[in-house]
Amino acid sequence: MSPTLTAQLPETSAPRMPRVHYLNVDYGVKSWLLTTDHKRIAIMYLVVATLFFALGGTFAGLMRLQLLTPHSHLVQAETYNKLFTMHGLIMIFFFLIPSIPAVLGNFLIPMMIGARDLAFPRLNLASWYIYVLGGLFTITAAATGGVDTGWTFYTPYSSVYSNTNVVLTVVGIFITGFSSILTGLNFIITIHKLRAPGMTWGRLPLFVWAHYATSLIFILGTPVLAITLVLVGLERLFHVGVFDPALGGDPLLFQHLFWFYSHPAVYIMILPGMGVISELVTCFSRKRIYGYPFIAGSSLAIAVLGFLVWGHHMFVSGQSVYAGMAFSLLSMLVAIPSGVKVFNWTATLYKGSISYHAPMLYCFGFIGLFTIGGLTGLFLATLGIDVHVHDTYFVIAHFHYIMVGGAIMAYMGGLHFWWPKMTGRLYPEGWAKLAALIIFIGFNLTFFPQFILGYLGMPRRYAFYPPEFQVLNVLSSAGASILGIGYLIPLVYLIWSMRYGKPAGPNPWNAKGLEWQTTSPPPTDNFTEPPVVEEAYAYAND
Amino acid sequence: MERWLPLFPERASTISGQVDRLFGFEIVVAVFFAALIFALVLVFAVKFHRGRSRPVADDMRLELTWTLIPLGVTLVMFAWGADIFFQGTHPPRDAMEITVVAKQWMWKFQQPTGQREIDTLHVPLGRPVKLLMTSEDVIHSLFVPAFRVKKDVLPGRYTTLWFQATRLGTYHLFCSQYCGAQHSSMIGWVYVLEPSAYEAWLSGRRATSASPVDSGRALFQRLGCITCHVQAAPQRCPRLEGLYGKTVKLTTGQTVIADEGYIRESIIEPQAKIVAGYQPVMPTYTGQLKEEDVLDLIAYIKSLSPPLEEGNQ
Repeated sequence: MSPTLTAQLPETSAPRMPRVHYLNVDYGVKSWLLTTDHKRIAIMYLVVATLFFALGGTFAGLMRLQLLTPHSHLVQAETYNKLFTMHGLIMIFFFLIPSIPAVLGNFLIPMMIGARDLAFPRLNLASWYIYVLGGLFTITAAATGGVDTGWTFYTPYSSVYSNTNVVLTVVGIFITGFSSILTGLNFIITIHKLRAPGMTWGRLPLFVWAHYATSLIFILGTPVLAITLVLVGLERLFHVGVFDPALGGDPLLFQHLFWFYSHPAVYIMILPGMGVISELVTCFSRKRIYGYPFIAGSSLAIAVLGFLVWGHHMFVSGQSVYAGMAFSLLSMLVAIPSGVKVFNWTATLYKGSISYHAPMLYCFGFIGLFTIGGLTGLFLATLGIDVHVHDTYFVIAHFHYIMVGGAIMAYMGGLHFWWPKMTGRLYPEGWAKLAALIIFIGFNLTFFPQFILGYLGMPRRYAFYPPEFQVLNVLSSAGASILGIGYLIPLVYLIWSMRYGKPAGPNPWNAKGLEWQTTSPPPTDNFTEPPVVEEAYAYAND
Repeated sequence: MERWLPLFPERASTISGQVDRLFGFEIVVAVFFAALIFALVLVFAVKFHRGRSRPVADDMRLELTWTLIPLGVTLVMFAWGADIFFQGTHPPRDAMEITVVAKQWMWKFQQPTGQREIDTLHVPLGRPVKLLMTSEDVIHSLFVPAFRVKKDVLPGRYTTLWFQATRLGTYHLFCSQYCGAQHSSMIGWVYVLEPSAYEAWLSGRRATSASPVDSGRALFQRLGCITCHVQAAPQRCPRLEGLYGKTVKLTTGQTVIADEGYIRESIIEPQAKIVAGYQPVMPTYTGQLKEEDVLDLIAYIKSLSPPLEEGNQ
C-alpha cells in the first residue's frame, strides 16, 4: 500500500474526529467556567437548562399524579398550588425562554454568519452566570417553603395576601431577566456587525432572522417585567400602594404591565423554534426554503404585533368592552404571520426530496402540533368564546400545544440536527425516531383531553375537581407518563453518543449552512479560514 | 345523560346556544385548516420521499392567498365574537339585581329582597339576572359553565355579569381566578327554579336582614348622610334623587355616568371626583364600611331614581 492511499482511506469511508476542537482544546472545570467561547457557553446553558427541564417536568408529573382522582390525598391544596407555580416559573423563565436562544442560538449564530464568536464574548459568559444566579434564588425560594402565586403573580394576592416566598422568587426572576436582555443585545450587535463577506440580510439563515426578532423582544419587553416585579416587591415589603386597592392601588395595572411582557414572551419562546423548523424543513427536503422573505418578514411582524395584544389575557378582567374589542382584533392579526410560516414550510416540501431522519420527524411533529395550537389560539382571541374558556383547561391545552408541542418539539428537532456538530458524534437514529414518536403520542394524549375538559368548564389551578371530569384527567395523566418516558430516552442516548457515537464528520446531513463547512466539533475559532457566502439555502445546486 | 365521560357542557342560558354555535363554526374552520395542512404535509412527504428535488419559484399570488383568506376568516370570528361579547356585557334594564361579595374562600350572595346565601345561588327561570360583584380581598372570578358566563371579581370596584337561565336544574359555580390556598374549594351551585318555586323559596327563607334598600336607608340615617344630602341639599351638596344613571359634570369639566362604581367611589373616596359647583367637604368613609354596607347604601341611592324605561339611556 502506498502511504497516500492509507492516508486518504479513512477520510472517505468513515469520518474521524478532528484532532483539536473546542471541546478538547482545554480541560478542567476552570476551562469551562472561565471560557468565553460561545460554543462552550452554549453547552453550559444546555446542562443547566436540562436540569431545570427535569425539575419542572417532575413538578408537572406530581401534578398529573394528584389529578388522577378528583379528591386526591397525594398533596394538600397548598402544596399543589406551589407545584403548579414552580412548574410554570421554571419551565418558562429557566427552560423555554433560554432553551433555544441560549443553547442553539448561542452555539449557532456566530457559526451561521461566519463569525469567530459573539460580539461580546465576556458579556455572553456574564449572561450565563446571571441566569444561574437567578435560578439559584428561585430554587432557594422553592426549597425553603415555595411560592404559591402562580407564575403570573397576580396582585393583590402576590403583593399582599400570599404568605409564601414571593420576594425571593421575584428577585430570582428579576435577575434572570438581565440574562435575557444581555443575550438579546449580544445577538443583535453580532448579527449587525460580524457577518462574513457575502452574508447579506437577504442571505441570512432564517434561524438567525428568528433570533433577531426574538432579541428585539428580549430587550424591549424584559425591562417592563423587571419594573413590574420591583413594584410587587415594593408593595409587599414597604406597603407602597401600587396594585392593592386597600392601599390606593389598581389591581388591573399589574395585569397590564405583566402581560405587556408576558405575551411577547410567548413569542420569545416560539420564534426561535420557528427558526429551527425553517432550517430543518429546507435541509431534509433538499430544497431552497419557499418564500424566504415572507418567513423572515413574518418573524418581525410577530415580534411587533406581539406587543399589541396583551389585553387578550384580560377579556373578563373588567377592562373596558372596547379595549377588549381592540385587543381581540389585534390578536386575530398576529395569527396571520404564523399561518404564513406554516404554509411556506408546507410549500417547501413540494417537489423536494424528503427524507425522514429524526430531526425531520420532530419537524413534522412541530408543524402538526403548532397548527393545532395556533388554530385554538383563534378561539381564545374570539371574545364570545374566551369568556367561557378563559382560565380553564382549554387555555392550558392551547399554550402547551404551542410551548411543548411547538417550542420543545423544535428544540428537540434542533438538538438532534445540530448534535453531530456540537459533539462531533452521531446518536443512534433508530432510538431517536422512536423517541420522537413516543413524545408525539404522549403529548397528544396528555393535552388533547384538556381541550374538552376546558370547554366543559374545568378551571385551571384546581387541586380538586368535580368527579365528572375524572376520565379525561386520567387520560391526560396517562399521556403525561408516556411523554415523560419520551423525554428520558433522548437523555440516555444523547449522553451515550458523546462517548460511543460514531464520528459524524463535518456535514452528516449534507446541509448548506456555514456551520456545516467546518469540522465537527468545530475548532475554537469556528473556521480555519474566513468563509465567503455566495448563496443562501443552495440546495438546488445538488 | 351518561355522565362518566361528558364531552359537551350543559346549555342553560340564553347566551349559551350562541356561544356554542360560534364555537362550532370555529371548530369547522380549525378542522378544515388543520386537515388541509396535515394532508398536504402527508401527501408531499410520501410522494416526494427521496425523489429528485426540483426548484419551485416563490409566487406572490400564493403568498397573498394564504395571507388574505385566513385574514378574512379571522375577521368573521372577531366580529361574531365581539357581538356575543357586547350582548354579554350589557344586561337588560329590567334585570333583577343580586349582589355578590367574594372573599377567600366563599361566595356571598344577597337577593334583592334581602335573603342571603353562601356558595349557593337561587335564580328564577326565564328572568334576566344581573350580578353586581366585588371582592373583600384578592381577585376572584365567577364562572358558571352551563351559562357560558365568567367575570373577574375585584377588590375596590364593581364588575357585573348577567344571564338568563333557560333550563331548570343545578349547575356548577366555580371561582376561576386563582385566589390562594383553597381556590379549588371556592365552588358552589346555581339553582334554577320555576318562578313560583323561586318565590316560594324566597318566602320560605326568613330574610336574615331587611332588603338592601331598607338596610341602606337605615344606614343613610345612622351615618349622618341625611344631614347634608337631604336637609342641606342642594346648596351644600348634590341631591341624590334621580342621580343613578345620570351624567354628572365634575369640577374638572369632565363628565361621568353615575353608575354603581361612581357612587361607590364617591362614598369611599369623596375627594376623587367633585361635582361641578360644590366644595370638597364630604368626609371619607375609607375603611369604615363593610362591602355589604356600601352595596346597601348604593341600593338605597338607586331606589331614589325612578326605574328607567326600556331603552331609555
